[in-house]
Amino acid sequence: MSVAIRLVRCAKTFPDGTRAVEPIDLEIRAGETVVFLGPSGCGKTTTLRLIAGLETPDPGGRVLFDGVDVTDVPIERREVGMVFQSYALFPNLDVEGNIEYGLRVRRLPAGERRDRVEEMLSMMKITELRHRRVDQLSGGQKQRVALARALAVRPRVLLLDEPLTALDAKLRDSLRVEIDALLRRLSMTAVYVTHDQAEAMALGDRIVVMSHGRVAQIGRPRDIYFAPASRFVAEFVGTMNRLAGVARDGHLEVTGGRIPWHYAVEGAVEVLFRPEAAVLVDAGAGQVKGRVAAAFFQGDRTRLVVEGIGPEPLVVDTAGHQEFVTGQDVHLRIDARALLVLE
Amino acid sequence: MRRSAWFYPQLAFTVLVAAFLVVPVAMSMTAGLTVNFFQGVRSGLTLRWIGEVWALYRETIGLSMAVALACLAVDLVIGVPAAYVLARRRGWLTRLLEEALVLPVAIPGLATALALILAYGTWGEFRTSWGFILVGHVLFTLPFMVRAVLAVLSSIDLKTLEEGAASLGASFLQRLFGIVLPNASSGIVAGALMVVTLSIGEFNMTWMLHTPLTKTLPVGLADSYASMRLEIGSAYTLIFFVMIIPLLIGIQLAARPRRRAPVREESR
Repeated sequence: MSVAIRLVRCAKTFPDGTRAVEPIDLEIRAGETVVFLGPSGCGKTTTLRLIAGLETPDPGGRVLFDGVDVTDVPIERREVGMVFQSYALFPNLDVEGNIEYGLRVRRLPAGERRDRVEEMLSMMKITELRHRRVDQLSGGQKQRVALARALAVRPRVLLLDEPLTALDAKLRDSLRVEIDALLRRLSMTAVYVTHDQAEAMALGDRIVVMSHGRVAQIGRPRDIYFAPASRFVAEFVGTMNRLAGVARDGHLEVTGGRIPWHYAVEGAVEVLFRPEAAVLVDAGAGQVKGRVAAAFFQGDRTRLVVEGIGPEPLVVDTAGHQEFVTGQDVHLRIDARALLVLE
Repeated sequence: MRRSAWFYPQLAFTVLVAAFLVVPVAMSMTAGLTVNFFQGVRSGLTLRWIGEVWALYRETIGLSMAVALACLAVDLVIGVPAAYVLARRRGWLTRLLEEALVLPVAIPGLATALALILAYGTWGEFRTSWGFILVGHVLFTLPFMVRAVLAVLSSIDLKTLEEGAASLGASFLQRLFGIVLPNASSGIVAGALMVVTLSIGEFNMTWMLHTPLTKTLPVGLADSYASMRLEIGSAYTLIFFVMIIPLLIGIQLAARPRRRAPVREESR
């Protein structure tokens, strides 16, 4: 049922001349969840719309479903399920009518339609909302109906365009968990567009990070996080610290002290590392010393902004109960293996 | 509730203004039912004048109805698709068209009528048929239909709704009849009532376009005022009121915003 998708040299130039997507080659395996991640205007939604059939690639580009060229197949015959950020529920139909719509236009017999609607209502836990008008639903409920409607027609691929962006944070988390479970259970090919890296990490089997219409990196969430291919990826995904110093004699010398150095590069370098690569230690045990510029208590941890170690302030997390005051000295150890050198 | 000292002067003023507007209407309506207007209601009430209007001007009433309905049909066929295209394609060209469409409303009806006569007045049968009046009425009423439908279509995210429907397998016609038109229905109804009302009441342009055999109700009305007893003109007005008031009430009902039910809290 699920389909493998291939994009071959797919580019998209809009009539006004803007190039939304540079020629892109991409393979999505059957049953896989791929997340397109990037800032707004990076081309992720346009790429999704190329797969959906809502946009046609520039001449030469091709879209293949299971090896079959569907470039010229319009969206209504591609058998895709789409979920939109704005839900796009039909205001003239109630919840049931919305879910049934795709089955009705396919002229399924009434009995089958009823069974399928029933199944979707219970799967999305919205049975009690069945006769509501869509303007009587909250945002989370609307998105459940939108998912039920898209899945009711048993699509070959589910395409989700920022489905959680319009929801508040708490609802976003719970619905994200549900979508994740749903996609695993249905083992349906899914393409998910978001600008939220936490969402991408949680949902994606693989993440496609995009920037300026190009693919910046494709990989599993942990590859993207721990081994970013470029500075853009490193800084877009998660929090990244930048530290400039001079590498010589097996040490990286910075303003606040020295860190062991395992790379062959010598001379002036700039390294990147994640907040969790640095730990707070007692005065004697530290490699570098800095001052607290700001402390944000976040409940489970305290996020410190530390200055005086390199030219830019560093972000460090600490788990204890300790309270911090601005200007206080702190000592850090930084995991030398977690330092990234990127151009 | 305590009322400020200003309440009663304001109330009196409002009543006075309302009376100023309503009294002539009421007088005209009663005039159509009294035996002799100059003697007043004391002379007795009668349906005689209504009967005479019916005998003299029956055709104008029929023609007005026919023109209004034909005008509505043409406006639906042209105006609704036009509004759809204007809503889907937002650009400088569609903006220009939208503005241009309103020109027949801004330009005096007499001028439009004169232009029509200059351009098509020599087209034999056409000039003397009621189709000639229909063309004028369509020109005048089309913007109202387009605007009403466009307003509704612009208030919903039509593009995404259609994309959603297409992703579910709906063809263009299925989308049009299943999604676009049902969601535009309030605008279509409001536009339709407006068009019929405007067409029935249109005098300005029709007065130029009509021939002795193609008189509409308002033209007949002018004729009766000019050449008949006052009571007959008034009875005629009464008939006009009976035709137009249900339409005006309909417009008010159609234009009322749909009640929004409160959004209930997430159930879990």
